[in-house]
Amino acid sequence: MSGAHYSYQFQANRVRAEFFRLLPISLFVVAFGAAFGLASTQEGLSPLESILMSATVFAGASQFGALDLWGTEVSVLPMMVVVFAINSRHLLMGASLYPMLKQVPPGRRYGLMLLLTDANWAACAQDYQNGRHNLEVIVGGGLVLWLAWIFGTALGVYFGGLMQNPEAFGLDMVLGCFLLTMALGGQKSPRVLVAWSVAAVSALAAWKWLPPNMHVVVGALAGGLIGLFWLEPKAGAGKEVASDH
Amino acid sequence: MTIETTSAGVLALIAIMTVVTLITRFGGVFLMSFVRINPRVESFINTMASSVLIAIIVPMAVGGDLGALAALVATGVTMLATRKPLPSITVGLLAAALVRYLA
Repeated sequence: MSGAHYSYQFQANRVRAEFFRLLPISLFVVAFGAAFGLASTQEGLSPLESILMSATVFAGASQFGALDLWGTEVSVLPMMVVVFAINSRHLLMGASLYPMLKQVPPGRRYGLMLLLTDANWAACAQDYQNGRHNLEVIVGGGLVLWLAWIFGTALGVYFGGLMQNPEAFGLDMVLGCFLLTMALGGQKSPRVLVAWSVAAVSALAAWKWLPPNMHVVVGALAGGLIGLFWLEPKAGAGKEVASDH
Repeated sequence: MTIETTSAGVLALIAIMTVVTLITRFGGVFLMSFVRINPRVESFINTMASSVLIAIIVPMAVGGDLGALAALVATGVTMLATRKPLPSITVGLLAAALVRYLA
């Protein structure tokens, strides 16, 4: 556990480059933030409360999920369950970055995780699959996404009428389309395609038959099991010492 | 237990949401610090990582409207053909907008 373990070198210029790399997608995040700001105002949150929630929670789907439970009173436990279930994908996302994160001292490691969200994680995971260690995108990309989310929320709170119907422009699909480009930009070996099929079928089954919001974790773990039992032939090369059984 | 949505109540709810979300952001990393990374574990988390994307996207395509499906198909086809994310996303959004306009 000496400092020598923590070999990851952050480069300020790469953080800046990743900030600008995710700037285009952040413009769409502004539109979503505006939709959230409008919805939260309609549920009776004050402007500052809405903006505070976006700044500290920074997880859009779960914020919308919590709004669904909003009223003059909110039941705490159901709200916690909804927020946890929707955000439980973060558990897997964080875990998947661990081979890189272990090269970073714990304080900074958890600091990075404050900015973890779907888009910067997907970019980071794709780079990792292509052999590039890029935690800078978590910082720089996360920062631009976070600012866009807050800015969008403020826009929606104060000028909600600007975008009444973001779906008409397909804006609700930005994140889905972005994640799809990240998936297709990665490796596509037979092993990965089998894992994807298992993930897709499991996610659909969970979405249909399990309680709401569990399909991402179920599908991802099911896909992961394929990787657990079917190793990429070259993945073990040079690391035989670590695999003693 | 319920919390009234007074000013103090809303702040408490936001604090609770923040803590729950932080647990999800930190939890996976924390648990992994007890796991020894060998090729098998690495294979598991790499396959799981790309499966996260599929598990988000597929129910979105199946459960959404025709516009959602059009967006994902158009994005997928363009991405496979060009390997350029931004043009692919743009084509996807246009497809969704067009399908919804016509519907």
